[in-house]
Amino acid sequence: MSGTDTLRQPLGLSGRDEAAAKARRWPAGRELWRGARRLLKTHALRLAVLYFAVFAASVFGVLLFVYWTSADFVERQTEATLDAEITGLAEQYAQRGLSGLIQIVAARSAGDRGDGMFYLVTTPSGTPIVGNIAGWPAGAKVKSGPVSFTVEVPVKGNVEIHPARGMLIVIPDNYRLLVGRDISDAATFRHRIKTTLLWSGLVALGAGLIGGSVMSRNLLRRVEQVNRTAERVVAGNLSDRVPLRGTRDEFDQLAANLNGMLDQIERLMTAMREVTDNVAHDLKTPLARLRARLELALLSPPNAAAPGEAIRAAIDEADRLLATFNALLSITEAESGASRNRAEPLDLGELARAAAELYEPVAEENGFALYVRSTPGVMIRGDRHLLSQAVANLLDNALKYGGGSDRPSEVVLAVTQHDDRATLEISDRGPGIPAADRDSVFDRFVRLEPSRSTPGNGLGLSLVRAVARLHDGTVALADNGPGLTVHLEFPALAG
Amino acid sequence: MKLLVVEDDRETAAYLVKGLGESGYTVDHSGDGRNGLFLATSGDYDAIILDRMLPGMDGLALLGALRAAEIRTPALILSALGSVDDRVKGLRAGGDDYLVKPFAFSELLARLEALMRRGAAAPATTKLRVADLELDLLTRSVKRGPKSIELLPREFRLLECLMRHAGHVVTRTMLLENVWDYHFDPQTNVIDVHMSRLRHKIDRNFEHALLHTVRGAGYCLRAPE
Repeated sequence: MSGTDTLRQPLGLSGRDEAAAKARRWPAGRELWRGARRLLKTHALRLAVLYFAVFAASVFGVLLFVYWTSADFVERQTEATLDAEITGLAEQYAQRGLSGLIQIVAARSAGDRGDGMFYLVTTPSGTPIVGNIAGWPAGAKVKSGPVSFTVEVPVKGNVEIHPARGMLIVIPDNYRLLVGRDISDAATFRHRIKTTLLWSGLVALGAGLIGGSVMSRNLLRRVEQVNRTAERVVAGNLSDRVPLRGTRDEFDQLAANLNGMLDQIERLMTAMREVTDNVAHDLKTPLARLRARLELALLSPPNAAAPGEAIRAAIDEADRLLATFNALLSITEAESGASRNRAEPLDLGELARAAAELYEPVAEENGFALYVRSTPGVMIRGDRHLLSQAVANLLDNALKYGGGSDRPSEVVLAVTQHDDRATLEISDRGPGIPAADRDSVFDRFVRLEPSRSTPGNGLGLSLVRAVARLHDGTVALADNGPGLTVHLEFPALAG
Repeated sequence: MKLLVVEDDRETAAYLVKGLGESGYTVDHSGDGRNGLFLATSGDYDAIILDRMLPGMDGLALLGALRAAEIRTPALILSALGSVDDRVKGLRAGGDDYLVKPFAFSELLARLEALMRRGAAAPATTKLRVADLELDLLTRSVKRGPKSIELLPREFRLLECLMRHAGHVVTRTMLLENVWDYHFDPQTNVIDVHMSRLRHKIDRNFEHALLHTVRGAGYCLRAPE
């Protein structure tokens, strides 16, 4: 997309209709005006202006410095030359008096030496005696010290007026000695510097302005992409993502992070929708049964034994519903991570043994041999209640579905530690779970075909997974050849 | 026996007042926390049934105020908040038991009875007796009449729990909480199998059964009449 696209994009919702109406009447102008107004409001423009101001100030400062140093250098040179001349002349005067001075000035003024030096010796009244200036420069004060004046200089047949700087010395008897130097070169030099600096400054500022606006527009465009994606997501299109450029710069990172966040939100939303659907669907059947039983109780003739029975059955049905709700709440509790602060050091082997003890009579009654094999001292940090519930759910499953064809079957609970991983495995000798279904059984309310006839709510493994995740652990299903092995792994507590 | 019910939901309150009344209790009811605190501090109750979320003053604050005033009436907290954290908070605030809504009425009755017996401060004893069944807490041995009975450690604790509540109903949830410290209901009814094993050990070959199943509620260990 181009920059103009970016500029046409309306910023917010407010005033959009109004602006659109105006845009119909004055298509191009309005668009441009809107774009400009939008640009004015942006952070990117403020950034560009700031950037430009700092840039301009530093360019100006550098140029000023260059100008001052070079102009100063030329001036100093002029002054040094003048000083040297005057010192020379003063020596001559001291040795040879006025006539000597006149002589030497005459010698120096003779001919054009091309160094731009001017000499003049006058009487006290200002009448020239000797020198290469026609007369006493107009307006020059009669006082020892530096003077600025102009001289007429013949250049290629024309007479030009050149600026000059010099020193006036009133020697005894009020004779005057003027030594000067043509500074038109210096002035030209200074002028050139000024022009050069001015132009380079303008070019630099122009570049800065263009650079700043390009930068700001670039910035604006990428922020705008994020904004538009966010707007579309808010509008309901959860699968929209911020385009990546592959430059791996900050914007790409931001976009990647936002996309990750959107992925997570989408995943959660989908999961939530599924859960809601499943809850609604799975609770409808028992609620319908409950209603039917109550209706039946109502219809039965008074004093019959049946109403009590029907009501009892209804209560059992309600209890099963509540158990389902409680299981859902436990999963939510584990998933929310709220119980993390309840984590304490636990002996995984003991925890498994306690759960096995609870199930041992049921196992025996159903023709299972239940074994616990644990390495002593396998410690993890966790929530005893949720972990016990998870192990209980796994035992429950193993005893329900893990029966082999040749009884007695066996269920083994094994707790071991490998390096810094504590593992808990529950293996049975039942039909197992086909590899294709091993992921889906962890989803809420998923019950595989063979198990549909047995009582259960399809939430047991969901809780196991939520509990494993809460403890930074993993849960996986594997083939026990024959049978199923549920493999839980947690970070072991060093010690 | 006089009870105070502090519950703001009218339907639940009516159900509690009616049910408890029919079970032989005298019941006072308050629909908000402040009034409930006033009643609890002024009246002489055997137990308080307290909802957690109440208008005016929430249940835990009420309990805190009550315990700060040195009133030790046993309190059972009723709440829809059922996570272990909520339970712990409730018991720390001074509750003696915590029951999650919705609950079976029989569960509430069993717990109330247990609560009020606990309030009666049983003397420290080392031997529990029901009829000719005797449980020695020091030697961890059980005898029925002259015959000694071998119990597994967990069975011993189950029997101890039942004997401490002899003559009263103990629910499956209470057993899970007291013996296993599990605050969830396993999908399979594991307690029943444990109980049938225990029954097998203590009642088989004896003329009178001591351990009874109370339908829809739980179990009761009681001496024959």
